[in-house]
Amino acid sequence: MTEAFEEISPADFFYRNRDIAGFTNPARAVYASLRELVENALDASDFLGKPSEIYIRLSYEGKESPGTNFYNLRVNDNGSGVPDRHIPSAFGQVLFGSKYKLRQARGTFGLGGTMAILYGQITTHKPVQIFSSIGDSKIYEYNLMIDIQRNCPIILHRSAHANKTKWRGTMIEYSLEGDYPRAMSKILEYLKQTAVVNPYANITFIDPRGRLYKFTRATTKMPDPPKEIKPHPHGVDVEAIQRLIHATNCQNMQDFMKKTFHRVSENIAKNFLEFVKNNELKIIMNEIREKLIETKKEHKIETIIPKIEKRIMKVEVQKISSVLNEIEKILTKSGIPKIKSLIQSIRQRLIVAPLSLELKDPKQLRPNEIVKLVQAMKNYEKFFPPLASCLSPLGEELLRAGVLKELKPEFIAVCQRKPSAYSGHPFIVETGIAYGGEISKRENFTLYRFANRIPLLYDEASDVTWNVIKSINWRRYKVTPGMPITVITHICSTKVPYKTVGKEFIADRPEVKREILNGLHVVARQLRRFLSKKENVEKEKIRFDTFSKYLPKIGRFSTELSGEKKIPDVDYLLRSVKKI
Amino acid sequence: MKRKSKSSAMERKKDVLEALRSLGKGIYDQMNNGVFPEIEMPSRSTTNLLYHPELRQYVLGDKNVNRTARNIRHLRPFTQLVWTAYFAHELTQLRKSSTLRDVYYSAQAFDISFNDQSQSNNIITDLETVVGYAREDFNIFPEERSAVFGDLTIEYTVPGYEGKQLNLSSHPDGMMVGPALTYSELIKTSADKIIVIEKGAMFTRFIEEHVYEKFNALIIYTSGQSPRATRFFIQRLNKEMDLPVFIFTDGDPWGMHIAMVLISGSANAAHLRELTIPDAKWAGVWASDIVDYKLPSDSLTEIDIKRLHELLKDPRYKGDIWQKQTKTFLKNKTKCELESFSRYGLTHIVDKYLPERFKELES
Repeated sequence: MTEAFEEISPADFFYRNRDIAGFTNPARAVYASLRELVENALDASDFLGKPSEIYIRLSYEGKESPGTNFYNLRVNDNGSGVPDRHIPSAFGQVLFGSKYKLRQARGTFGLGGTMAILYGQITTHKPVQIFSSIGDSKIYEYNLMIDIQRNCPIILHRSAHANKTKWRGTMIEYSLEGDYPRAMSKILEYLKQTAVVNPYANITFIDPRGRLYKFTRATTKMPDPPKEIKPHPHGVDVEAIQRLIHATNCQNMQDFMKKTFHRVSENIAKNFLEFVKNNELKIIMNEIREKLIETKKEHKIETIIPKIEKRIMKVEVQKISSVLNEIEKILTKSGIPKIKSLIQSIRQRLIVAPLSLELKDPKQLRPNEIVKLVQAMKNYEKFFPPLASCLSPLGEELLRAGVLKELKPEFIAVCQRKPSAYSGHPFIVETGIAYGGEISKRENFTLYRFANRIPLLYDEASDVTWNVIKSINWRRYKVTPGMPITVITHICSTKVPYKTVGKEFIADRPEVKREILNGLHVVARQLRRFLSKKENVEKEKIRFDTFSKYLPKIGRFSTELSGEKKIPDVDYLLRSVKKI
Repeated sequence: MKRKSKSSAMERKKDVLEALRSLGKGIYDQMNNGVFPEIEMPSRSTTNLLYHPELRQYVLGDKNVNRTARNIRHLRPFTQLVWTAYFAHELTQLRKSSTLRDVYYSAQAFDISFNDQSQSNNIITDLETVVGYAREDFNIFPEERSAVFGDLTIEYTVPGYEGKQLNLSSHPDGMMVGPALTYSELIKTSADKIIVIEKGAMFTRFIEEHVYEKFNALIIYTSGQSPRATRFFIQRLNKEMDLPVFIFTDGDPWGMHIAMVLISGSANAAHLRELTIPDAKWAGVWASDIVDYKLPSDSLTEIDIKRLHELLKDPRYKGDIWQKQTKTFLKNKTKCELESFSRYGLTHIVDKYLPERFKELES
C-alpha cells in the first residue's frame, strides 16, 4: 500500500485553507470580501492618479437555512480598468496579478480579490459578473467561474458593449454567504478609517438595510504615485539571486551588481566584490595561521605570518601558482615541517575562492559562491540605504485633511518621518495625534493603525505601535488617562513587516519601532504645547471668573454692612486683573 | 440680695453693631477709591500664641496677617468674611439668633459657598478676631446647651420678651443657658456662690438634694467641656453679681481640664477676652480625694498618662494645686468619676463631701 500523492493548484490550496486569508466565518468573510474589493478599487484609481470614486452595495438575497444568509456584493471603481484579455485571469485565477513588483501597493499576495470571488463561488455556486473598460471604445462584460482544481477561469459569457461616455473602471458583482449584522460595526469602522487615510476618495456604501453611508473627499490632491525600483542588496536571499541571475543579460558580476540592484553604482559594485573576495581570503588566512600554530614553531611564526598574509591578500586568479611558490619559499626558509601538504590545502582553498568576481559571468557562479555572495550582501555596510521613491506616503497635508474630515478633532498634529530601511526594505512612518472635538473620551487612546494606506483593525494589542505607545511616558506631554485622544500611525513600505499572513499587525522590528517612537515624540510635543496653552487659557479664565464672581459680592455686602447707598463700581478693579 | 443696674447687655449690642459696621465701612471706602480692599487681623497661628500671666489666659502676639481681595487665594475667604460680617450684623440688629450650622446653610441662600462647616466655623472665628467680639455677641451659638438652676432673677432682652422677668428656680429641671438667657439682664440673686458641675446626673441630684438652699448657690451644668456661651454667662455672674465660682468635675485629666478652660480659657479663644474666670476654683474631684474618700477608681490609660504629661508643661498649670494634683494622678495612676461617691449612698456627696470641701477652700 502506498500513499497517493497529488499536486494541488493554488486555488485549491486557498480553497482548503481559507482561514489564513481571513475567511474564517460568515461575519469575518463578508468583512474580508468587501475589504479586498475596496482595496483593489483604491489601487486601481491610485494607479491612474485619479481621485477615487468607489461605490459599494451589499444587499440581502435571502437565506437557505437558519443562520445561513446570502448577500450580493457589488463594487464599482473609476480606476484603470482591466484589459479585455486579462479579465478572466485577473478575476478567475489565484495568484495572478499586477502586484508582484517592488513598489508600494495595498495588497501584496495577489490573492485578495480572487479569494473573495472564490469564497463567493464555494458558498453560493454562482458566477461572478464583471464589467471593465480601460476607457477606450468598448466595455467588456464577463460571467466567470473558477475551476478550483486547475486554478483557471471558466468563461460562461463574454460580450462587448459600446462605451459612448468613455467610462473607465471596473464593476464587479457576485453573491456570497455572510453575516452582516455581526460584521456591521467592523465594516463601518473599516470604511471610516479608509476614508481617513484616503482623503481624496469618495466612498459610498449602501448596506443591506438600505442605509446610505457616504464618505466625502476633502481634497482632490493625491500622494505621488510610487515608482518601481530594483531590489536592494540587503533584502535579497539565495532564491532571489538565482532568479535574478536567470533573468539577467549581464556578462560579468560587476555589471550584474550595478544593473540589477537598487543604489549600486559601478564603484560600489567594485568595492563590494572586493569585499567578498577579501572576506574569503581572511578566512583562508585564518586557516593557515591555525595550521602553522599546530607546528609549534612559535618564535618563527611571529615573523612569517605577516609575510604570508601580505601575499595571500593580493592573490589573483592568474597568480595563484606564483603566490604559492613565494609562500613555499618563506616556509622552507623557516624550517616548517610538512610544507607540501600545507601548500596543497592552500591551493585547494584558493581555487574555489571568489577571486576576480568582477569579471565572472553571473551564470557561471557556483552554488557555494552564490551563498557567500548573499551573506556578504547582508553584511556589507557600505551600500546606500534604499531610496523611498518606491513609496507613496500620504504626506502631512493629506493625513491632516483625512483626520480632520473624519474625526473632527479640536487639535491635530501630524508628522512624516524621513525614509528609513529594515533589511533592505525602505519604509516611511507617518504619525498623527488628534485631540478633543468629536473624539470621545476613553480610558486609553483610540489607535488608528495604517499600513500602505489600509486600516489594520484586528490584533491591536500585538502591534508594535501599542508597545511603543506603552513605552512613552505620556505624563511628560501633559496627557492624562481619559483624555479624548486618537493616535494615528501609518507605515508604508515595499514590504510591510507583518507578523502573520492575516496582515493585521506589524512586527517589532527595531528600525520600525524607532521611527514610530520618534514620530510619536514629534506629534506629542506639539500636543503638549497645545495642551499647555489650553491649560493656561483655562486657568486664566477661572482666575478671572473668580474675581468676577466675588468682587461684586464684596461690594454688595460691604455696602449693606456700612449702610451706604451706592454699590461701589467693581469694573475698574476687574479690568485691572484681566490678563487676556 | 444683690442687685445690679440694667442695660449692660443692651449697651454691649450697640458696640457690637458699631464694630461690624465700621468693618464694612473700611472695605466699602477702599473699593470706592478703586483699590482692592484689605483686612488686617492678628495671626492665629500657634507661633503667635502667647500665655499672658497677668490675664491668666492665652493671648495673640503682635504678628498680623493681611487678607486682600487682590490675592486670588484670599478672594473667596475674604468674601465669606464680608458676608459673615453682614449676616452677623443682620442677626444682631434683628435680634435673631442662629447656630454655627445654621450659618453654614444660610450662606447658600446668598450664593456664598463653604466647603464644609469647619470652613464656615473658621471664618466666624476670623470675624471674632477682626472685630474683637465673640460670636455669641452677634447671636451665633453652638448647638450644645447647658443649664442653670437657683435663685436668680433675670430680665429678657430678646424681642417679644423685653422686660419680662423670670426666676431661675422656677423649673426643677433647670433652665437652658441659651441665647436669650446669656444676654438677659441679671436683676437679683440671694445666692453667694456658683457651683459649676460637669455632669447632668449630678446636676439633677444637686437640685433634688436642695444644694442651692443648703449651700446658698446657683448650680450650673456645663455638659462636659463648657460651651462658650455658658463660660460667658458664668463670667458675667462672677463679675456683675460678684459671685465666687466652684467647679466640680470628674477626677481625671479631662475633668481637670474642663475646670482649667473655665478658669483660664482655651488656646482657640486666644483672640477673645471675657471668656475666662481667673478667680474660679477647681473644687474636685481631686486626685487626692480618691485616696482620702476611698472612692472606687479605674486605672489611668496610656492616653490619660500622656495627657497628664502634656498638662504638666502647659503654662496654665503653673499653680500649686494643678501641679500637685497632676503629679498625684501620675503617682497613684487612678481616676474616678463624680458618680463614684454614690458608693456611699446617694446623698453622701452632698452631705459629707461638699461641706468639707467648702470649709477647706474657704479657710
